[in-house]
Amino acid sequence: MRHSFCACLGAFLLLLGPAQAEGKLKVGFVYVGPVADYGYSFQHDLSRKALAEAMPDKVETTYLENVPEADSERAIEKLARSGMGLIFTTSFGFMEPTLKVAKKFPTVKFEHATGYKRAANVSTYSARFYEGRYVCGKIAAKLSKTGTVGYIASFPIPEVVSGINAFMLGAQSVNPNVKVKIVWVNTWFDPGKEAEAAKALLAQGADILTQHTDSAAPLQEAEKQGKLAFGQSSDQYRFAPKAQLTAIVDDWNGYVISEAKAVLDGSWKSHDTWGGIKDGLVVLAPFTNMPADVKAMAEDTVKAIAAGRTHPFAGPVTKQDGTVAVKDGETAPDPMILGMNWYVKGIDDKLPQ
Amino acid sequence: MRLDLVPRAGRSPFAAILAPALAFLASVLLGGVAVSLLGVSPTAAFAAYFIAPLSELWSLQEIALKAAPLALIATGLAFCYRANLWNIGAEGQFVVGGLAGGCVALATQGSAGFTFWILPTMLAAGTLAGIVYAMIPAVLKVQLGVSEILTSLMLVYVAELLLDYMARGPLRDPAGYNFPQSVAFDAAARLPYLMEGETLHAGVLVAFASVVLATIVLGRTLFGFEVRVVGASPRAARFAGFSEARLTLAAFAVSGGAAGLAGIAEVAGKIGQLQPTISPGYGFTAIIVAFLGRLSPPGILVAALVIALTTIGGEGAQIDLRLPLDLTRAFQGLLLAFVLGADVLTRFKVRLVPGGAR
Repeated sequence: MRHSFCACLGAFLLLLGPAQAEGKLKVGFVYVGPVADYGYSFQHDLSRKALAEAMPDKVETTYLENVPEADSERAIEKLARSGMGLIFTTSFGFMEPTLKVAKKFPTVKFEHATGYKRAANVSTYSARFYEGRYVCGKIAAKLSKTGTVGYIASFPIPEVVSGINAFMLGAQSVNPNVKVKIVWVNTWFDPGKEAEAAKALLAQGADILTQHTDSAAPLQEAEKQGKLAFGQSSDQYRFAPKAQLTAIVDDWNGYVISEAKAVLDGSWKSHDTWGGIKDGLVVLAPFTNMPADVKAMAEDTVKAIAAGRTHPFAGPVTKQDGTVAVKDGETAPDPMILGMNWYVKGIDDKLPQ
Repeated sequence: MRLDLVPRAGRSPFAAILAPALAFLASVLLGGVAVSLLGVSPTAAFAAYFIAPLSELWSLQEIALKAAPLALIATGLAFCYRANLWNIGAEGQFVVGGLAGGCVALATQGSAGFTFWILPTMLAAGTLAGIVYAMIPAVLKVQLGVSEILTSLMLVYVAELLLDYMARGPLRDPAGYNFPQSVAFDAAARLPYLMEGETLHAGVLVAFASVVLATIVLGRTLFGFEVRVVGASPRAARFAGFSEARLTLAAFAVSGGAAGLAGIAEVAGKIGQLQPTISPGYGFTAIIVAFLGRLSPPGILVAALVIALTTIGGEGAQIDLRLPLDLTRAFQGLLLAFVLGADVLTRFKVRLVPGGAR
């Protein structure tokens, strides 16, 4: 009885539901924030749209937004059950849930952003955001009149900590006495909290802001107070045309499209991708609101990083406690950057542990 | 002209059941209007929200898993709210419960041989931690007259940050590249699955049993009677010699314990490790559930299932129909507004009084 009831409902749904696209690869995306954050999730959604535009007759895309990390397993499984062939889970906190669902659906391919655990059907990908932060650090040190930069940070995970360090090392390469003040807001996206942090930092004498959170609120706060700031994840120029110096833009388009192609032609394999400026995953938005010499310096730095002449973590790098992390003449190996849980010397903050 | 609310003499049990049903219908109709304004067929949306989740074994389990913590927390909260005590901090008691029970799991990690006692100890530790945490606002209220609304709410943030600190610091997986999470629990520290290869775990049974127990306690025991009398008429309760202080402590203990138990059930059931966040806001959603269920345990069970259904259905609607998540939230809000509105109308008559304002 129950089975026939379910079957009837199922048939009813098939009639009502959208026409199933035959033979198309269904690609799902899971976002931790709203697609309208105009930052990280927005940028990921741009790659979804780019994918849909690039191969309109071969793929069909969909997404779930605002998925809390503690509740993501169901969302991911829901996508897997909806016939997705490829699923992008775009936040670090989705790592364990992604692996759990992947185990249940061995034929579905999963792509997890910013994590480190893989499986036969789970790839990981991330961008070397720290390269962009190094460039921003140099710009900030050149332009800051007070010598103090405000940094709004989300969670003390290695990606964020290495970003702070790269920013500081970039800044110190221009002005060894530069100060970076850090506020931890413990959220990826909360315009209210981010704006409060921005106000606090500006009140404490910072005249340039940078952030590792996803909304444009800090940038807008800087614009309101006639100060300068960097955009995050996405080119946020339109929110702060007088304040944005540049933005570290995550460009996932190429990666997402190539992974979908690989699934379509059967060549997809589990792998780890960690690309930077050279690979086009990290792009710096046009340099604005700065004199020509600073702009030239920034452009040179970008070129040097792309060419491999400059590495943000080139030795000597000294930790906050005075021990040497990277010796002169060497550069930090990837595992060190991926597991970074210490500050470089000169940062006046204690890392939340 | 003004509107007056006049209390109705009696309240028919029929109206008490019909009112929420009508409220549900009204919210569905209004939701349907919103959906068609978004350019989507309301029937397709109705199917995605309310029928599709009920048509698959998997989504039925997910509804039960989502409803279980909500029902458990809300049942506990009903004791407080019935007695006019405003515990807003169930989210914090949930987190503390998950943390305490999780600590037991991590401390016993890798123990060999007889491990049967680990899971019950975890559940007990979680419940106890929830009770202790709820005692802070309760004692402050009883001893110093501090508003429990403020203290219980503020303690939510304390609990969240404590868990955040523990997951990033002392309890962090040493082999986890400094990423903020504990090791995965041993099998002995996990709530068993009810069916092989499925997601439904024993926490659902715990929640269901608690709702049944609460129904009996609230309806058939002296303690339940006290709670109801204090809520309905504090003066009468004082005349009857019921101690307000004792009741405050007891009601907070019940709701804190229920939230703590829900917390550890979530950690030992679905999550299986400690993370910086373990709740997508269950403790706050449960407040809505408690009132949707009109503060009666069976009603709360229904309300928890409805909220779980719309949440799961909302995900399906996002995927299949591209309906925004905000619509789900708006619908849940509508539902609460209508149910509370209908509740007022079953208890009061609305009378139009001619003449100016008073």
